[in-house]
Amino acid sequence: MPGQIEWTALSIFIFFFALVTVMGFLAARWKSGPVSEHLDEWGLGGRQFGTWVTWFLVGGDFYTAYTIIAVPALVYAVGAYGFFALPYTIIVYPFVFAVMPVLWKRAHAAGHVTSADVVHAAYRSRALELAVAITGLIATMPYIALQLIGMEVVIKAMGLRGEFPLIAAFVILALYTYSSGLRAPALIAFVKDTMIYIVVLVAVVVVPAKLGGYGAVFSAANDAFTAKGGNTGLLLKPDQMLAYATLALGSAFAAFMYPHTLTGVFASKSANTIRRNAILLPAYTLLLGLIALMGYMAHAANIKVESPNDVVPMMFKALFPSWFTGFAFAAIAIGALVPAAVMSIGAANLFTRNVWKSYVNPDITHAGEASVAKIVSLIVKVGALAFILFLPTQYALDLQLLGGLWIMQTLPALVFGLYTRWFRAEGLLLGWAAGIGWGSWTAWSNGLKPLATLTLGGESHSFYVGLGALLLNIAVAVIATAIVRTISSEKSGATAPS
Amino acid sequence: MWILLLLPFIGLLWVPFYNFMEPTLFGFPFFYWYQLAWVPVTSLLIWLVYRRLPPDEAP
Repeated sequence: MPGQIEWTALSIFIFFFALVTVMGFLAARWKSGPVSEHLDEWGLGGRQFGTWVTWFLVGGDFYTAYTIIAVPALVYAVGAYGFFALPYTIIVYPFVFAVMPVLWKRAHAAGHVTSADVVHAAYRSRALELAVAITGLIATMPYIALQLIGMEVVIKAMGLRGEFPLIAAFVILALYTYSSGLRAPALIAFVKDTMIYIVVLVAVVVVPAKLGGYGAVFSAANDAFTAKGGNTGLLLKPDQMLAYATLALGSAFAAFMYPHTLTGVFASKSANTIRRNAILLPAYTLLLGLIALMGYMAHAANIKVESPNDVVPMMFKALFPSWFTGFAFAAIAIGALVPAAVMSIGAANLFTRNVWKSYVNPDITHAGEASVAKIVSLIVKVGALAFILFLPTQYALDLQLLGGLWIMQTLPALVFGLYTRWFRAEGLLLGWAAGIGWGSWTAWSNGLKPLATLTLGGESHSFYVGLGALLLNIAVAVIATAIVRTISSEKSGATAPS
Repeated sequence: MWILLLLPFIGLLWVPFYNFMEPTLFGFPFFYWYQLAWVPVTSLLIWLVYRRLPPDEAP
């Protein structure tokens, strides 16, 4: 019951938390390398992760704790529409398979650590590099804050009050990330993912068995949505279909533009490591689909909550013995640590390479880079913690939503350059600005909803703002590049020696 | 071969194609099991493309 401390659950929780803390500090010696002497070591784990380590690491930081809380919460609240995460995390893999090995080769050959490094090398433009770096930093901050929300929800569900447990957990995380770098989340991801797989597989077998099978689960959810009315239901309403498809496609384009997912890509040993992961990572998508169904199971179990984010913890408390609940909550909390660590490392790499090195100290040594990045990773985490403690939670949610839209606008600069040398930095920068400007303004004026509406022939169509902004971005980049190229070829024609 | 990678996009983004309750499978409405089924299918398609790739790099 709320307010009462669940001792069994709490003990199990603390046991696993302590286990990963020890692992986090010991990780500095794993696949040993001079962690503090080179950013490749601290920030990319030595660029040596093979197929299985990468699978756990990318799976662990792409499918975050917040996902486990928020996806079922959305499905619980609105039904089918919340499932867009499923097509999104399927179609992302053909994209990863086709593009990321090419990006890896480019980065590996030149020793790039961040997306902005790759962009700078392709276009030799400090302005475009800075645009990509700042976008990455700003998009990542609220994402880290969201991981804290995931942790906060389970800590609260165990009956702990106050902010101390959250602060303590985060300080521990900050310290071992500082000392071990990317090796810490990579090692902890093994524990985290194994625990999550156990929890979800048990839940999807045991819960329907207790509630009368999947048929009963779906029909209970259907009854709940019929009673609730509005844009909810087991199927999409006709005007939700375009929104569903564009959210899935746009999110898939955005997913691997984030610093934390790219860190996983750059830390791999080879291009084939990434290709094999594109084949193997969908296993997590299956898991995500099953996690999403917990939103319906909660209806079947008659769980009523004030905030949809409490759906998953409340369902575990209602249906499972205390020890398993503690295990599940530990899985979710540790599930928050891995992405939070990788995100802060990705952000620290960006700041170090593309702000500090480019503008403050161009002659920085490799060891200097590592120590700047370590300190920045601490600052980033303290910032995220302050965000959650002092600002309304809704701000983090809104900013994360805008973050997806923003990070997607770095795609043309990062990806097009891998295939063609036609684009110019000026054009890409203008496209980036147009996408971010139009997208933010549209989302803002719709009350921070991710959907924009277009009226064609009397019918209105709602679609994902981010994807619209990306199309605008590309169109502007193409037109502006064409103009810049024409002008520069005229100039060079005029000044060419005869 | 690369064209195989477009199939998941077509199969999942054309929503009117699968926005139905029937036929159900193990209690799952079509909408749900159809999308879940695309997970292994996508893995398989990517693997088929992967298998045909020429070896292109040092380890």
